[in-house]
Amino acid sequence: MSGSVLFDAPGPRARRRMVWVNLVATIVVAGIGAYALVLLNEKGQLDAALWKPLFTANAWQNFFLPGLKQTLVAAGLSIVTAGIFGFVFGLGRLSASRTVRWLAGGVVEFFRAVPVLIMMVFFYMALPRLDLISPPDVPLVSVVLGLTLYNGAVFAELVRSGVHNLPRGQREAALAIGLRRPQSLRLVEVPQALIAMLPAIASQLVVILKDTALGAIVTYPELLSAARRFGSGNGNILQSLVIAALVFILINWLLTRVAEALAGRVGRRTAGRARVEAPSMAVETATS
Amino acid sequence: MDDFGSLFDEFDVLGAFWVNIQLTFWAAIFAMVLGTLLAVMRISPVPSLRWAGTTYVTLLRNTPLTVIIVFCVLGLWGQLGITLSSDFQRNFFWLSVLGLTVYHAAFVCEALRSGVNTVPVGQAEAARAIGLDFGASARLVILPQAFRGAVAPLGNVLIALTKNSTVAAAGSVAETSGLMREMIEFRPDVIVAIFLIFAIGFVILVVPMGLATTSLSRRWSVAR
Repeated sequence: MSGSVLFDAPGPRARRRMVWVNLVATIVVAGIGAYALVLLNEKGQLDAALWKPLFTANAWQNFFLPGLKQTLVAAGLSIVTAGIFGFVFGLGRLSASRTVRWLAGGVVEFFRAVPVLIMMVFFYMALPRLDLISPPDVPLVSVVLGLTLYNGAVFAELVRSGVHNLPRGQREAALAIGLRRPQSLRLVEVPQALIAMLPAIASQLVVILKDTALGAIVTYPELLSAARRFGSGNGNILQSLVIAALVFILINWLLTRVAEALAGRVGRRTAGRARVEAPSMAVETATS
Repeated sequence: MDDFGSLFDEFDVLGAFWVNIQLTFWAAIFAMVLGTLLAVMRISPVPSLRWAGTTYVTLLRNTPLTVIIVFCVLGLWGQLGITLSSDFQRNFFWLSVLGLTVYHAAFVCEALRSGVNTVPVGQAEAARAIGLDFGASARLVILPQAFRGAVAPLGNVLIALTKNSTVAAAGSVAETSGLMREMIEFRPDVIVAIFLIFAIGFVILVVPMGLATTSLSRRWSVAR
């Protein structure tokens, strides 16, 4: 149901009233914004001297772009590894063997319940003691491991609920032409489920990208920590954080638009329904 | 087993979890209020309110929570001098609650909108037909059902909020992720046990929430 059903097509009187209400609401909303700007101005935060350094080559070449690159590196690596983790454990949850199903289910539920930051901090503290990787790589590896375990668990859940949402005819047809169950799963059901789940997968990519900012807490030099360093060096921390936020918003907004476009297209590509649901805990959309 | 006991004696593990629970509690209440307001704005007939609601959700939902909390502490407090409590430590707590609130309000708003979508069009038409205006039909017909339809997504927001309360570490709040780091520094010999204490602590907090929202959403679902 769309919001527009809540009110009739307005008549002349209602239209006049709406113009007034709209005007008043605009003034209130704009007023709040203007008040915030006045406050900022009083504190001297709108001074050109604080904003100018953000638009210099130094800011972007030495801080924001390298930070963004590190963010994208961590996000890219995590997407690949989380995809593999999700595929393996998603198939595990659909396995014919009860033991495998339970084991995969336990792993998935565990990593979905533990906060990503707790995992990142653990790896950040534990990896140097194992002496497996060189110390400069520790922050990146802990960020990627944390993101992989959590988002991989979410991907596994997407594979599982995607297959469960397929019409039964898909499997029946696969079995009827002589495929065995694992073959039907691998060749027919999972590919169909993945297409149906593309919009949910795409919005999970936004989650991964946002969560890379947690890396700032474990000394990974991504966009947020680059902005902090630049801001504290130039005394314009507020302004630097605004720029970092805008970069994140722009990328994630573009990703969301791609997800919406996909959602519009997949309806025609598969009989599966693009619906995200899971038995004990539905897949989250609200992680940091 | 002795290790576990001594860890709990040496460090205030339960106290750290209590901080996370408090962060979650206050942020959940404030986010619920703000999110409901945003949801009403987004379904209202007034274009400027709809626009403001949509802009808020687009901006806040796409910003990492870590950035928001760092902004609250370094920007609002550090640069603008905004304090929410006269107590130095408590101030960071409330600034983090503020950050958690404004971030999760966007998701509460989306959850409620998905709840509104579960209400059949005919219901809104019927409300209009018996002469209710927007306010009355939203208050009496649509929102009560929307809340019942939104239990599962709202539960997910609460679960995410509980886990995200660890990000308050970025706002200098002494909570679990910070304590875990400190404990590993002092007792690296039992590193895995320390991780399991915190991981299982969150499993204990979060899994019942998931089960409760699933069963509540079934019990409260409107028969259609």
